[in-house]
Amino acid sequence: MSRIDIKKTYKLFIGGQFPRSESGRTYEIKGANGKFIANPALASRKDLRDSVTAAKSALSGWSSATAFNRGQILYRIAEIMEGRRDQFVTEIIALEGGTAKAAHAQVEQAIDLWVWYAGWCDKISTIAGATNPIAGPYYNFTTPEELGVVGIISDQKVSLLGLVAAIAPVIATGNTAVVIASEKRPLSAITLGEALATSDLPAGVLNILTGKVSELAPWLASHMEIDGLDISGADSKVESELRIAGAENLKRIHRFNKSQSPQRMLAFMEAKTVWHPIGV
Amino acid sequence: MVTLIDGSEVSLRKYLGALSGVDKVGADQRAAMLGTRSIKTKSKSWAIDMAIRMVDLTSLEGADTAGKVRAICAKAVHPDPTDFSVPSVGAVCVYNDLVKIARESLNLNGGSHIPVAAVTTAFPSGRASLKVKIQDTQDALNDGATEIDMVIDRGAFLAGKLGLVFDEITAIKAVCGNRAQLKVILETGELTTYDNVRKASFIAMLAGADFIKTSTGKVSPAATPPVVLVMLEAVRDYYLQTGMRIGVKAAGGIRTTKDAIKQLVLVNEVAGPEWLNPHLFRIGASALLNDLLMQRMKAASGFYSGSNYVTLD
Repeated sequence: MSRIDIKKTYKLFIGGQFPRSESGRTYEIKGANGKFIANPALASRKDLRDSVTAAKSALSGWSSATAFNRGQILYRIAEIMEGRRDQFVTEIIALEGGTAKAAHAQVEQAIDLWVWYAGWCDKISTIAGATNPIAGPYYNFTTPEELGVVGIISDQKVSLLGLVAAIAPVIATGNTAVVIASEKRPLSAITLGEALATSDLPAGVLNILTGKVSELAPWLASHMEIDGLDISGADSKVESELRIAGAENLKRIHRFNKSQSPQRMLAFMEAKTVWHPIGV
Repeated sequence: MVTLIDGSEVSLRKYLGALSGVDKVGADQRAAMLGTRSIKTKSKSWAIDMAIRMVDLTSLEGADTAGKVRAICAKAVHPDPTDFSVPSVGAVCVYNDLVKIARESLNLNGGSHIPVAAVTTAFPSGRASLKVKIQDTQDALNDGATEIDMVIDRGAFLAGKLGLVFDEITAIKAVCGNRAQLKVILETGELTTYDNVRKASFIAMLAGADFIKTSTGKVSPAATPPVVLVMLEAVRDYYLQTGMRIGVKAAGGIRTTKDAIKQLVLVNEVAGPEWLNPHLFRIGASALLNDLLMQRMKAASGFYSGSNYVTLD
């Protein structure tokens, strides 16, 4: 007996919930073969604003969680993704094309990347921190701390690995993030959102929007509540526009090439120096 | 002035018994429908400034200090110290032992036009003798409060002792005299039905309230749109009978600009545009003011502002 297809409604991931766009809009995405795939939500600037609010309110809890706890949660994300491997692979093949082997390799690399960054959570401040030599009866320590809310424009082509490479290092160190997913290949991001919702990650730490990068990115860059911006997925033509918009509150703006590097964590950390009298 | 009752409990009960009931489904639905109105651009800017003028900037914590009261008073006069085009708020609302500090601090900051509202009558529970409640109010007036936010005895109301509730309000009104406006807090979250809210609204108005106020802010739910709608209908009906305009203060749970604008839409559509005025509608809030300021900055600069650009409360 044939069964009626159950078509999925692809939604946003904001503050731990899966809302439709407040604007009610959707857009069409096509597969690598040119055929219709789905109508994901077309996020508006108000969805972006709501995401930033969610990320800001999640910040104090997430950044004050112990590094060990954050590491466990990141590892848990890898575990949950492992259980959805086939779904990620199918979606990558449908939207990016390429071989099953390549898709499998991308998913495995993405999962391994979570494990790699999970391990870094409780090590980064030891490796990047320092005891500074000073002339006086004080200890002087410098430790890297989270920057705040980070905006991420995710890689447009390599939809899953590019996404994980951007978000894992940002949240590993205690930041929260608002992510604009790949515009034409958003399914990996949507599925990742579903994995995140069941992986102990507190609501609001990661917020994922699907829609037009050209529409959302300028609002992300100019938003005063955002402290850092990863523009790895932005078109180089709009880069200067985003940098100008981000200059108003001196955002840290970076573009990265490597997916696996401690530099991606340090780029969105701030050094805090503490003086402590010796003998007290 | 039209006399609706002769002050006896019999006439009060007779009047209240003749009041029409509230259609709960209808009230909920109308409030929800009015909440979907889209207020944009120029209207929104107007609404934001109006909402700022209507805010009763409130601090009612056990942990309130003189320093905190001075800080909110400075903020009441110039909500955004970097932009003097932002209007002052409607009033500052504090516990009555802090009234003197609030009054002095407002005067020092150039806010002598801003009234100080004091919560009295054993706020928030209202569980004290009438003697204590009168003294509580008298203290606030002596320290310079020009608005008194009193709570009704909800226990008495729910037990059907309507005359007692009425008499207490009359007694406090007599203490206020011409020195202060009287706002009567119904604490709608404890009244359980919209019919009770309507009834309590009329008791307060008949007893001489200048404002009827939804909540203390200590009980949830507080100023939900349907409750405010029911109270606005009550003041409208009272106006049609007596020609007197009584104010409404929505307090508790209004935290965002969107919530505030929804309230303004209700005011305009239910009571009428005459009520869109800080003398007849107030919003009791603390966190709301920051959101209004951030929205105002967004309108001016074109980009979203952040919490680092407004004060911590």
